[in-house]
Formats: sequence, C-alpha cells, structure tokens
Amino acid sequence: MYTSLQTNRRDFIKKMAKLSAMTAAATMFPGIIFAEEQEKGIPADTNLDWKKAPCRFCGVGCGVLIGTENGKAIAVKGDPKSPVNKGLCCVKGYHSIMALYGSDRLTQPLVKKGNTYIKTSMKEALDLVASKMRETIKEYGKDAVSIYGSGQWTIPDGYVASKLFKGCIGTNNVEANARLCMATAVTGFLTSFGLDEPMGCYEDIDYADTFVLWGNNMAEMHPVLFSRLLDQRQQRGVKIVDLATRTTRTSMAADKSILFNPQTDLAVANAICYELIKNGWVNNSFVEEHCNFSKGLTKMGYGLEDNYQFTDKPEAISFEDYKTFLEDYTPERVSVVSGVSVKDIKYLAAHYGDPNKKVMSLWCMGMNQHSRGTWINNLVYNIHLLTGKISSPGNSPFSLTGQPSACGTVREVGTLTHKLPHGVVNNKENREFAAKIWNVPVENIDPKPTYHTVEMFRALDRGDIRFMWIQVTNPMVTMPKLKRYRDAAKKEGRFIVVSDIYPTPTTDIADVILPSAMWVEREGMYGNSERRTQYFEKMLDPPGEAISDTMQLIEVAKRMGYEKQFYYKDETHIEEIYTEYRKHHEGKKHNLAPLEVLKSQAGAIWPYVDGKETKWRFNAKYDPACSNGKDFHFYGKKDGKAVIWQRPYEPAAEEPDKEYPFWLGTGRVVEHWHTGSMTRRIPVLHQAMPHAYVELHPEDASRMQIKTGDKVKLTTRRGDITLPASVNERGVPAPMQVFVPFFDENMLINDLTLDSFCPISKEPDYKKCAVKVEKV
Amino acid sequence: MPIKSYLVHPQESKKHAVIEMLSRMQQCDVVVAENENILVLVTETESKEEEANLKEALEKIGDIKLMALVSGFDTRKKI
Ligand code: SF4
Repeated sequence: MYTSLQTNRRDFIKKMAKLSAMTAAATMFPGIIFAEEQEKGIPADTNLDWKKAPCRFCGVGCGVLIGTENGKAIAVKGDPKSPVNKGLCCVKGYHSIMALYGSDRLTQPLVKKGNTYIKTSMKEALDLVASKMRETIKEYGKDAVSIYGSGQWTIPDGYVASKLFKGCIGTNNVEANARLCMATAVTGFLTSFGLDEPMGCYEDIDYADTFVLWGNNMAEMHPVLFSRLLDQRQQRGVKIVDLATRTTRTSMAADKSILFNPQTDLAVANAICYELIKNGWVNNSFVEEHCNFSKGLTKMGYGLEDNYQFTDKPEAISFEDYKTFLEDYTPERVSVVSGVSVKDIKYLAAHYGDPNKKVMSLWCMGMNQHSRGTWINNLVYNIHLLTGKISSPGNSPFSLTGQPSACGTVREVGTLTHKLPHGVVNNKENREFAAKIWNVPVENIDPKPTYHTVEMFRALDRGDIRFMWIQVTNPMVTMPKLKRYRDAAKKEGRFIVVSDIYPTPTTDIADVILPSAMWVEREGMYGNSERRTQYFEKMLDPPGEAISDTMQLIEVAKRMGYEKQFYYKDETHIEEIYTEYRKHHEGKKHNLAPLEVLKSQAGAIWPYVDGKETKWRFNAKYDPACSNGKDFHFYGKKDGKAVIWQRPYEPAAEEPDKEYPFWLGTGRVVEHWHTGSMTRRIPVLHQAMPHAYVELHPEDASRMQIKTGDKVKLTTRRGDITLPASVNERGVPAPMQVFVPFFDENMLINDLTLDSFCPISKEPDYKKCAVKVEKV
Repeated sequence: MPIKSYLVHPQESKKHAVIEMLSRMQQCDVVVAENENILVLVTETESKEEEANLKEALEKIGDIKLMALVSGFDTRKKI
C-alpha cells in the first residue's frame, strides 16, 4: 500500500475512502486479501529502493518489502519470496510504515525535573541513567535494579540487556512483556517435551485436514496465517473448527463454532482424551515407544498474594492410572460443566481420532493467559501424543505468538528471570557456558531467579526494586490490576527510564524518556512463531537524537565500566552481537543460520544444520538431532520420551457471583497493535477503530435495555470504567459474559482485571474475572 | 466533488464481468479481493448531479448483487 504523506488532499481522501471500504471488507471476510492493490498504489514514476524486512507487527512474521525514496519509507508490499505470507499482507502490515511518521515521535531525551520534562542531549541522558543505576546498586544492592523489555525487542536488544544485567551487573531482574503472553507456552513445551517452541512450522497448514483453534481468534490476530487456512479450505476442503468462549470473526468463518464456558477447556481436552481411549483411537505403538505419563501438584492457588511461590512435583504414573483419572471426564459429565454438547465433544474427538486425518491445533492467548495455562497446553499435547499426530507434516500442535520476536528474543535469547540464552540460571553448566561467551566471571551470574513480571512490579511497589528500565513496551496499559502498579511506579524513591518512540501512559511515569529508533531505522533481527529468524537492515535514519535500544544499552554498559564485554564497534555491532549470540545455540538442536543466509533470504528456520532448515523437530526423517535410532526422538527429555500429563479441571481464580454476575474477558482487535501506541497514530486504522467498547450478548443487552453506543458501567473488585456498548457487532460474547479490547489508553480496562496467574508459568489470566454490568 | 466508497458483491461467478464493467467507467476505481467474491469501489465525481447519474448507472448493472456504501466525502474546494 502506498502511504506517501505528500499526496494532495483529494488523493488522500480517495485513499481514505478506499481503505475504509477495505477495512470494512476485512470485518466481513476475515483473511480477505487485496494483494493487487499493494502494487497498484505504488507510484510508477518513482525510483524506489526496495528492501526486505519482517513486518514490525505480530508474530506471524510476514516478509515485507519496503520502498524508500530520499531517505523516507513511502511504500510497503508483501514479499512474494517469503514462505510465510507469499506476498500477502494484512491491514496492519500495509500501513506499517506510517507508524514511523506520527507527528509526535519522540526525538529528544527528556528528563523529569519537578513536574516538567526538560529536553536534554542523548549523552547527558545516558550519563544520568548509568549514574542512577550505579547509585541504586550502591545503596540498595544489585537486585534493586531491573529491566523490563519486550517481544518487540530485536534479538540484539534482548541479548545485550541480558548480558548487561545477568552477566555484568549480576542480577536476574530481567523480564519482558512476553511473560504476559507466551510464558505459558514455554512452560507447556518444557513440561511436555523439555524444549521450547513448536516442533512444526507454517507448512503444516498445507498438509493438515482439520484445524482446531483453541480460543484463538486467528482472523483478527493472525490474519495472514488465517487466510492460508481459508485458502486450503478453498483448494482442498479442509475443516476449520473454532473452539472458543466468544463468537468472533474466526467463528463466523469457521466450518463449526463450538462455545465453552470460561476455564472449562481443561475439562473438554480431558474429555477428548477419554473418548480417544474409549473408541480405541490411541496410537498404542507411538505411546509405548515415545511417551511417559506423569501427574503434578493440584490446587496450586492463583498467585494473588505477594511473594507467592510454587514448584511443581512431577510424579510418574502408569497409563492405567491415567485412564482411571479420565473416568471423571466422560463427555456427559464434561458437557454439564463446559456447556459443550456431548455430540460436539464426540465430534472433536472423532476428528483427532480419525487415523486418516491430519490435525493441526492452533492457540495463542486463550490458552496462555489462563490461570491453569500450563495445564491446558499439556492437555492439548496429550491429544496429539495419544494419537501420535505430532512432529510430522500436517500433524501439529502449534502455539502461535503475538509479538514479532516473542520467540526470537524473549524465548530464545532468554530475557526472563530464570533463563539464559542457553538453559537456565540455576544450572551450573549453563551458567559456566554463558559466562565464558560473555567474558564474565561465572560467579557474576546469580543462580537464583528473582522476580517474574507481576512480582517485579509488586517489588517496585514494595520498594525492593528502585530502578526500572522499560523498553519497547507499555506496561502502564497492559499490567493487570493496573492501578496498583501505576501507583507503585509513581512512588517516591523509584527511578523509571522508558525507551520508546511515542509518548504513552508509560512514558508518563518516567523520570527519563529515551527516544528510540524504530524497526528499519536500525539494523536487527526478529524470530517468529515458526522458529524463523529474520534479518532487516537499517533503511532510514531515526529522527532527532533517537538511537536503537541496543545502542542505548551498550552506551550505558560502557559508562558502567563494562567496555570489555561491550567491545562492539558502532558500524558492525549488530553483526558482532549476532555472531556472539549464535555461539550460545551451537549444535544440531538449536543452531541459528549465519548472518549471510539471513541477509540473502526471507529468514531461516532453526535448527539450521549443514545449510538446511529443520522443519519438523523430533522426527528422525527431518531432524538431524534425533539420535535414538527410532522414528521419533523427544530429545528435550533425558529418556527421549514426551510426557502425557494428568491435569484436572480447576476453576478460575475469580468466578461470577451474585455481586459480580458476569465474566469479563479482554483481548485485541485487528486494526490495532496491542496498546495502540503506534496504530492509533495511523489515521485509517484509528478511524476504523477509534475507541474501546464493551461487547454484550444480545439477550443480556435487551434484558438490560442496552443498545450499541449506550454507556455501560463495568465494576470489578479492582475498580470501574464506563464504555460504549457494542451489541451484535464484531464479536458476540456468550450470555453473561462481556468482552473489552485493551488497546485504548483512554479506557484502561486493565484497571479492572485481576493479577491472578498460572502458578507454573506466572502468566496472568486476562480472560477471566467477575464483573458487574450496569447501564448508565 | 463527492468521493464515495462501496463494497460491491457481484452475482455468483460474475466477478470478472463486474470488474470489467466498472473499470470502463471513468469515475470508478476498483480494488479486487484476491480470495473473496467482493470488490471495493471508489467513485469520484465532479458534482452531485454526476454522482446521482453514476449511482443510477451502477444500480442498473445486473451482475451486481449488492452495493453497500462505506464512506462518503465531499471535497468542496478544488485542490
Ligand atoms: S499478519 Fe502480522 S506479520 Fe503479517 S502483515 Fe499482518 S501484522 Fe504483519
């Protein structure tokens, strides 16, 4: 889509008219593609320089081509050479470059003096950040300083952050917003397979016969990937089943939409396994050869209290024990608790159980932002393990990511308190290995993890953390039970540094604001949902004094005396960092492609071994790391076997009651990227979705005499908010449930949400709490 | 100087015929969806009368099942 800002007003209006219609079409036809339009809008008489990059928005990781002219990005089109999107783009991708040119870009560092912000030079601002860090460490100890980053960090950003904080300063106070979206996927993979990230890849879509979407509104959140599903349906008649708590565009486009009561996906998954066993659909030889059975602790709590601790105690069980456990999950019983009919449970089981059908399960926030999230991830793996439908083309349990580098940076570089780029901090060998590459004494790396995200903000509130550096993320919109953490950040004696490209509610709480270079204004890499690492070069100069987050961290590290570890040269620092980072993952299990390869093609899937991508891990036919002589090798576990987990259904932390009779769920919309700090500055996207709203079921709305646009007050135990109602529009929640998107900083729904989390992953449950609904 | 955009739903298997017809009309700009039976139509006319005449002409195209107005702008001044 051509997005030059220099077109005349009439052209601009024409374009707005066209885009409004395209956006409307996208509402009615999820996954609709206007590929030709991308080419058509590009001016013929310009001499554009086209360069490839992964899209800035979303974990699908589409390849885009960016056309620049005279130092300005003026066009974007889908990269036809990218195997991810094959030339297509969604509405956010089309408009991505407009996010570079909002009129209020941060261009100069700002330092808070009293109640005002004073412009300062980058040099002075970085001096101040470094000296504040040193002072805080001196006065309160190393664990009083912290960094909170993002799945939108590039790989080098996250890598230097981890090296500085964990390797040099010696604190594990490193977290990232992916804790709020992907931590559960990680613990799901680790507990079931011992290694993180999907075993398959997007190519599975081309082979699967049935797609089961577990609480995943793909049409809005992963639109290009969803269009690949629709395309397969057109070509091969595949089936798409939407299993969710709310009717969405995805449900409308699916062949079958099944609604379940919030939290009861646990029971439904167990009922499917019950049916698989009862009907003789278990792949016995696969289970015998490649699986163990285990159970863990139950009634773990919900992490609502400060300093909550939980460690699971896995215990081996037999297949017979597991079958006995499943007796409680007959379709008839589960139907009562879940609201899913017996027929539909059997329908799902039949799809998974049919030996002639390849099945792909896809999920994202519905299963991850879940107070028993690790469990539900385990349970969906159980289905694929019992049937042996895993690690082969088209048979694929696939956890999708939301952010462009939640996988590449947070999960692979390991920017979470317990992680190192390779392994975990409490493993001596892993610490030694990292220390050697980082050129730091091994004693520097603390063997004890400190705070996960929610606890990190609680520590800020308590005063255990005094200094926090926030990069590329907007926690003052996204934290659950937000008011507590906003008040915490404003307390005396806290020093907050925020690196970003636009003012946000998070820059509002900053003592120092550092302007960052965005996306192709610097060089970097992202890693998407299918283990694909993608490189982008610097195509534009950042505005004013803005520099990359990587450079900000390097400069502060040098000021703190770590010149030896941060030896990188200005011109080649990204290459040097990537080359150093690759050493952490050497070997057949996680080797990353060399930079030349990433530069020459639309990314590469790891493990990249002997010049080849590994598309299906753990399958000896495709994965050179398999070494047990069998057809499958789950080498993340010592005995090479995956784990089928016995995990029960347990209720959510807070469920509707007399006083708060509705469920409240939150989520995203297609037009906006997360908190909208970029996409709300793109006129056509802002116009298409200007503010948040509360969706109600039509029956509830009619009983309460609420029409679309009426003001509705929502109250939870944490606070209240008034929003316009949306009835029978984009999404329709089930009766006695409401849904609110979180992109709107003027209507902060997270002031109402609960900070309960999955005890294993520590990821908050944004999908479930109890709320009162009133017409104003 | 009205500018309007519509979602145009062609009759079954008439997408190409509709595209061809609309492309021949000077005031029409068409964007075709690759994977759905739908088109985006943007019309640009010099006056309200021309706009009304165009609308009438469009309504006569039998291969169009439905036309839904999405947005309308009127740029008064010539720019
Ligand atoms: S689907 Fe995601 S990665 Fe692809 S163009 Fe849209 S926002 Fe970008």
